[in-house]
Amino acid sequence: MEVEFKKPKQGDVPEIICTICPNSCKLQVFEDEQGEIQVEGAGCARGVEYGKEEYLDPKRMLITTIKIENGVLPVLPVRSQVAIPKEKIFDAIKVVNHVSAKAPVQMGDVIIPNLLELGISVIASRSMAAKNKE
Amino acid sequence: MSEIIDTDIAIIGGGPAGLAAALNASKRGARVAIIERDFELGGILQQCIHNGFGLTYFKEELTGPEYAQRFMDLLKETNVQIFLDSMVIDLSADKIITAMNPERGILKIHAKAVILAMGCRERTRGAINVPGMRPAGIYTAGTAQRLINMEGYMPGKRVVILGSGDIGLIMARRLVLEGAKVLVVAEVLPYCSGLVRNFVQCLQDYDIPLYLSHTITDIKGKERVKSVIISKVDENWMPIKGTEKVYECDTVLFSVGLIPENEISLKAGIKLDITNGPTVNEYLETTVPGIFACGNVLQVHDLVDWVTLEAERAGENAYAYSTNTSRGGKLLEPILTVPGENVGYIVPQRIDYLQDSKIVQFSFRPKSPDKNCIIEFVSNEKVFDKRKAKHIIPSEMLIYKIKLNPEEIGEKITINIKKNLKKSKEEA
Amino acid sequence: MMKPYDIAIIGGGVIGCSIARWVSKYRLKTILIEKHADVATETTKGNSAIIHAGYASSEGSLQSEMNVKGNPMFDQLQKEINFDFKRVGSFVVAFNDEDMKDLQKEQNQADKRNIPSEIITDIKRIKIMEPNIADNVKAVLYAPSAGIIWPFGLTIGLAENAYDNGVDLLFSSPVTEIQQKSNGFIIQAGQKQLNAKVIINAAGVYADEIARMVGADNFTITPRKGEYILMDRNAIPVNHILFPIPTPVSKGILVCPTIEGHTFIGPNSNAQNDKEDVSTTSAGLNEIIRGGRKLLPSIPLRKAIANFAGLRAVSDRDGDFIIEASEVENFINVAGICSPGLSSCLAIADLVTDIVKNHTTLSFGEKDSWNPIRFPQQRLKDMNEDTLAQAIKNRPEWGRVICRCETVTEAEIIDAIHRPIGATTLDMIKVRLRPRMGRCNGGFCTPKLLKILSRELDKLVTEIPKNDEGSEMVTDRTKFIENKPWKGETP
Repeated sequence: MEVEFKKPKQGDVPEIICTICPNSCKLQVFEDEQGEIQVEGAGCARGVEYGKEEYLDPKRMLITTIKIENGVLPVLPVRSQVAIPKEKIFDAIKVVNHVSAKAPVQMGDVIIPNLLELGISVIASRSMAAKNKE
Repeated sequence: MSEIIDTDIAIIGGGPAGLAAALNASKRGARVAIIERDFELGGILQQCIHNGFGLTYFKEELTGPEYAQRFMDLLKETNVQIFLDSMVIDLSADKIITAMNPERGILKIHAKAVILAMGCRERTRGAINVPGMRPAGIYTAGTAQRLINMEGYMPGKRVVILGSGDIGLIMARRLVLEGAKVLVVAEVLPYCSGLVRNFVQCLQDYDIPLYLSHTITDIKGKERVKSVIISKVDENWMPIKGTEKVYECDTVLFSVGLIPENEISLKAGIKLDITNGPTVNEYLETTVPGIFACGNVLQVHDLVDWVTLEAERAGENAYAYSTNTSRGGKLLEPILTVPGENVGYIVPQRIDYLQDSKIVQFSFRPKSPDKNCIIEFVSNEKVFDKRKAKHIIPSEMLIYKIKLNPEEIGEKITINIKKNLKKSKEEA
Repeated sequence: MMKPYDIAIIGGGVIGCSIARWVSKYRLKTILIEKHADVATETTKGNSAIIHAGYASSEGSLQSEMNVKGNPMFDQLQKEINFDFKRVGSFVVAFNDEDMKDLQKEQNQADKRNIPSEIITDIKRIKIMEPNIADNVKAVLYAPSAGIIWPFGLTIGLAENAYDNGVDLLFSSPVTEIQQKSNGFIIQAGQKQLNAKVIINAAGVYADEIARMVGADNFTITPRKGEYILMDRNAIPVNHILFPIPTPVSKGILVCPTIEGHTFIGPNSNAQNDKEDVSTTSAGLNEIIRGGRKLLPSIPLRKAIANFAGLRAVSDRDGDFIIEASEVENFINVAGICSPGLSSCLAIADLVTDIVKNHTTLSFGEKDSWNPIRFPQQRLKDMNEDTLAQAIKNRPEWGRVICRCETVTEAEIIDAIHRPIGATTLDMIKVRLRPRMGRCNGGFCTPKLLKILSRELDKLVTEIPKNDEGSEMVTDRTKFIENKPWKGETP
């Protein structure tokens, strides 16, 4: 990682930095004439896999907080059960921003089922007791 | 007037280190008490809501709160005494802890063994002497993290971050997801000090530029931050004239490292190392017998999994101490560990017992990044063990279990990180 | 229009507050007008916090007269209004024969002014007194009556005691206009218009601008910036105030213990036009590091907590104090109070009281009810375990430590909010009790302090400023959470 990382310029061939190990291989991923995905620059087989996935269907965990009523804290940390498509992150945030949980909750409780019709739930990352017992 | 509490093992701090140490000691049958200053257990993990925890220890990827919750849930099954909202104000060498809390007043906790698990604090703007004005809007990354993730407040709207450690990178993403604009992350080192995954997923995903070999050379604004000046630095970290860039912003986050927090340890007369953590022996015992240290109060870890494993050892060793378990004969003079070539520090700092051959865990950090290295363990001017390391970087702790044979070990053990010239040539 | 004030003091620094407290003895209707939200926010905030022995200022100057007279006055005042102050003694450090001549000159001046001093040439003794002093020290001029002080405690104490004795205090009200009328002045201060018979101008670096409003500005004030680096407790033991041989413009870059057990190095001295620029600079910080290392080579920079700068208000009359009834009737200038202003503040208050007595028609009848004793705030650091245990029993907030670096409890913070000059900002909490002043720079306690202030003042957390308006700490709530004052038990 001795290179200065900068925002890629428009028109550049997208370079994917492999995150599998600290080697940080710079991958060139492209479709060849046969329509096959080719990964160049990977130092290992896992890197090739990573390059393909990042090229075809990059996914990220949704990690944020959600408003919680009557909790010992005003916000509850939540995450998507599994990673969601990267380009859906901001849409997901919009949904999450307008949903409110109610204490008490247990870690793993489903807070938003079927986020953006993706078949993936948003779950509580921790248990949170109620501020005032009802 | 003060309440006296008698226990086998008292643990200062209920974060990941304290929790793991408590569980391990309690499992063995010790009476354990945890003293925690916050209103709940879990420590800093409660604000580290991102994922990436637990891959080593649980073999699955968890968020910080989930990682903590697992231990907290296990703790509920034990009879470990927990004092929340309680601040330790004194620790004596004879292992009496003075703590205070609103409910019970002053507590005197008499313990057979004490485990220090207070964690660390963030290095500040003041500590790295960044010049400029001192308006509102200057935060450490961790404070911003607490405000956003636990208190539900935004520290600002247009943000510049100094430091590319993992907390800085993760906060860049958090701020963006909460609607702020992150203009730039500047890093004084010539490389990104956080994990490459965090660089990709926290900066690259959101088009946030990272400027390496850059630092903040001025902060402007009277009431609130108005702008910062970022300059390129030379190899001695001195700003280069003419490279100044102005960023108009209302907030500056400093993510420039962590410092073990040992003010309490000093009260017991415990000796500290250059890390600002206590110097310990191979049992993680400080210079005061029966007081152990683990987790970030001992050395700043990059993975919480290693904190847990270290804390479990501390719990086990403290339990053994509290039951007077023999360690064999103590050496007249300890064997000192010496950071050699490209090694910043070593834990443990000394070996106190070496009757028969035994396995000792060494953890240490390189001073600068390198590739294709050989790590040499040297004593009596002989390399008695060596390991290969493909990549080393200061932000990744190196941990090795090394067998020590009394006949091979002299007064000192030196660890060197050397270039594997053969391997480097091959690659070239 | 309401009854006019007899005296309006402009400026709530240590000078204005000393004068306010001094004139509070008399049956005079007095008001102190301050631009910022608190007292002690400009020159009083950024200085070396030293009560000088008094030998250094040039012979015949008002500075020397005030310092010599002012230094012994602190002991009595400390008993009355309770602030942290300790006579630790100062060293002027000589390294060569040239320096020795200066040392002798300084001692002669000390002798002339009856200030106890001693030239110590016994290196062993110097090293016992100051173990980390540079090895090439040749001699020191030791002045035992020099002391270190907590300027905020002093100034707040003076203001609170003045307030308790009937002085009105007006904050966040910059004076923008003064009209002279036949029977006094009309002062525009913030949103308020006030009438006063006598004005005392103690406006620090702005004293020339205030004087100009009535044409009493036969002087100018040039700010001289001084930069400092503050080191953590236990960073390095320093027992005395260590001065180098002074230069014509300043006492030089010193190394000094603070009353709270920290160590600072600084200040440098650079004139500037800007009266607001208190920024530190790379060059300045390097300059004071170099200077400090001459006296104490082993300064551990990695134990730095903060760097900051302050402005000295330097007059164009040879840099001497200007304390006089101006050409404008009933308008008293107390201007150009640079170093040793803090050391001189009590003597200045005395002198100003005399000037007002002699140059105005105000009648100085003494109040029967004047109380010199300020009701002190109860502090954890002054309690033993038994009294603390009892205090927690009566009030659980005594048991909750909010600031871990400086060990400050929630009870102390609540009390500071509800005292006479109640804290409404983070900086006001900081200068009263020290949270955010320690090694974590407020990293741990800031969210807690914001919540406590919100609860106690019934204000939104987003409205709580660092100091003045516009310095609010957090900008918004996340997740569209309803923004209302924080109400909770455990911040």
